[in-house]
Amino acid sequence: MDLNYSQEEIAFRDQVRGWLKANLPADLRDKIANYEELTREDLIRWHKILAKQGWVAPSWPKEWGGNDWSVVQRYIFEEECGYAGTPPLIAFGLSMCGPVLLKFGSDAQKKRFLPRIYNGDDFWCQGYSEPGSGSDLASLKTKAVRSGDHYLVNGQKTWTTLGHCADWIFCLVRTDFGAAKRQEGISFLLIDMKSPGITVRPLILMDGGHEVNEVFFEDVKVPVANLVHKEGEGWSVAKYLLGHERMNTGRIGASKRELAKLKEFAAQQKSGGKSLMEDARFRDRLSRVEVELMALEITNLRFLDRMRRTGQPPGADVSMLKIKGTEIQQGLTELMMQAVGPMAQPFKAVNGDSGFDEFTAAIAPRYCNFRKTTIYAGSNEIQRNIIAKMTLGL
Amino acid sequence: MNFDYNEEQQLLADSVRRFIQKGYEFEARKKIVASAEGYSEPVWKTLSEMGLTGIPFSPDYGGFGGGAIDLLSVMEAFGEGLVVEPFLATLLGAQCVARAGSDAQKKAILPAVVEGKLRMAFAHTEKGARYDLGHVNATAKKSGSGWTLDGEKVVVLGAPAAAKLVVSAKTPAGVSLFLVEAKAVNQKPYRTLDEMRAADVVLSSTPGELLGSEGKALAVVEEVVDFATALVCAESVGAMKYACDSTLEYLKTRKQFGVPIGTFQALQHRIVDMYVAYEQAKSMAFLACSQSDSAANAKERARAISAAKIKIADNARLISQEAIQLHGGMGMSEELKVSHSFRRLTMIAQQFGDADYHLERFASA
Repeated sequence: MDLNYSQEEIAFRDQVRGWLKANLPADLRDKIANYEELTREDLIRWHKILAKQGWVAPSWPKEWGGNDWSVVQRYIFEEECGYAGTPPLIAFGLSMCGPVLLKFGSDAQKKRFLPRIYNGDDFWCQGYSEPGSGSDLASLKTKAVRSGDHYLVNGQKTWTTLGHCADWIFCLVRTDFGAAKRQEGISFLLIDMKSPGITVRPLILMDGGHEVNEVFFEDVKVPVANLVHKEGEGWSVAKYLLGHERMNTGRIGASKRELAKLKEFAAQQKSGGKSLMEDARFRDRLSRVEVELMALEITNLRFLDRMRRTGQPPGADVSMLKIKGTEIQQGLTELMMQAVGPMAQPFKAVNGDSGFDEFTAAIAPRYCNFRKTTIYAGSNEIQRNIIAKMTLGL
Repeated sequence: MNFDYNEEQQLLADSVRRFIQKGYEFEARKKIVASAEGYSEPVWKTLSEMGLTGIPFSPDYGGFGGGAIDLLSVMEAFGEGLVVEPFLATLLGAQCVARAGSDAQKKAILPAVVEGKLRMAFAHTEKGARYDLGHVNATAKKSGSGWTLDGEKVVVLGAPAAAKLVVSAKTPAGVSLFLVEAKAVNQKPYRTLDEMRAADVVLSSTPGELLGSEGKALAVVEEVVDFATALVCAESVGAMKYACDSTLEYLKTRKQFGVPIGTFQALQHRIVDMYVAYEQAKSMAFLACSQSDSAANAKERARAISAAKIKIADNARLISQEAIQLHGGMGMSEELKVSHSFRRLTMIAQQFGDADYHLERFASA
């Protein structure tokens, strides 16, 4: 029994760490560190830097640009990116549409889309949720009616993350309204966001940020060539993606970075000659989050070790990582906001120059924003349902 | 990185688990708890024949040369079976000898411990000390070629079953450890809430033999208590497993409103949280045992062990309380083993320091 990485894994980690240090542009690093909103160009720029290095899609087959990293190496890479504070690699193309095309796509689809996904030439988003279909995704109503060599799509998607940046959207749509089961009659379509009839409307979140959107489809023509897998079998595509979850769901690297920052920040907050780190009430709350993070890291390594030994996909383990990882992220943002104290209140300037510290002003909105983490990607309650069913047999 | 037991550890884990399932099931345990001694000589003999009493001692004394990590699976199995034998107490006393004693003392004591012929206990805690390891008011003074001890110790775990005690006492040079014959002290024995035996111990001009060097015991005490803390962390994981598994079984079989109560989402989410807490606790028990054996220094060890104990204490409370709640009225009954796992987990949460104590230690380490 050994809790430490092997010599080879440590060498790999150091290689990744060194490369990230040398290649993460300072302006992007600072933007992340200062909690500034990233632009589409920022995201693409980082994607292309990694693509050039050959590190954007480790799990893809070699012929499409993947590399032979083990599950542990992949995990180390993702955690190192989190720890270094790189911009995220947007998952919709690389980790969702890409793997779907590799599994279900036609040769023509693979050739057309995969290189552009790999190189960051197309920006993808995901069209799953609808106003009436959140956790209960199979109730979706956006419909696609076949008409000659194309489908006519009508309906609405919502919570479309980065839809305003996207060139393409992959959508679950209903192609058969008479199916016996709700999971039948759903199809997986690739839709060009420039198609006539698509309208994107921003949904501004409570932190004032624009990351999600509503997407409306009105008689949008989608070539039949953009259907992935068979018509009516989109649900099995969606289910395949669920089983394709990545093992960095706990986002431990990023939380470690935030924890270090929180400690440093709290140590500078002084009142009555005492720093916040000397305030037992605050410090104990922080320690509890830190200990939870230590436990999650070991739990994550245990699951990885089991995957490596059994060759089995992680299954409901990922749900546990998601629950704990997001609770920790929220705990850290809450403590950071508490550490800022009254200076959590300034939010946005009225005229021009704000006059207040932009960094501290970004902390409370971040707390607001992170409430999303326990809701998105399958709410934590849905994750509990999954564990209850899959692991506990209830 | 490897979370698998090696072959030896796996064989040991399997044989301990088999023994507990067969020879230490709930009814057998009940009889042992109700007996005059509160432990079982035949069981003790079996444990030592299986080699368990030799695991953390050097081969020089007949031991296996292992550490806390080698005891992890044993303690987990003990936790699941709620074993009440004075195993931890004996290791506590004997580890003081192994870590502080002279060669002659180790030769005189450790082989007997390894062979299962000698049970020990560690008399350290005093009234008003709470978890402060440095709080020692018992005194030792030179008397001829030896020492005599005066003072009182409380909750000396396993003392009634022990033949020798390791006692901490102050000398002009500082805190020191002494070997004391159990029959030479005045013991007030009792049952603990978790159905083990302990005693308050009065020393009055009691003869003792200095263990190792005078005045240097505090670092050893801290090391041994960290080792024992790692072991109760591992034990708690087994007790948590029992609490979770028995609750899951109950949710699947108990019917109300015509359906198993496990179909209710309100209960499903609560038992999921119990299992998540169990996995997190298990991870921290790994950390505690591994760092007890191989931390780079005392500070790093203290930090890891305290982190583990914070998590274990919190999750022991959560899991034990939820297990009782989800069992409904049945969980309250002494007839169900789950209520006994509640009692053990409740005590483990506070043994060798509660979460608040370890939060303080974690932050200052």
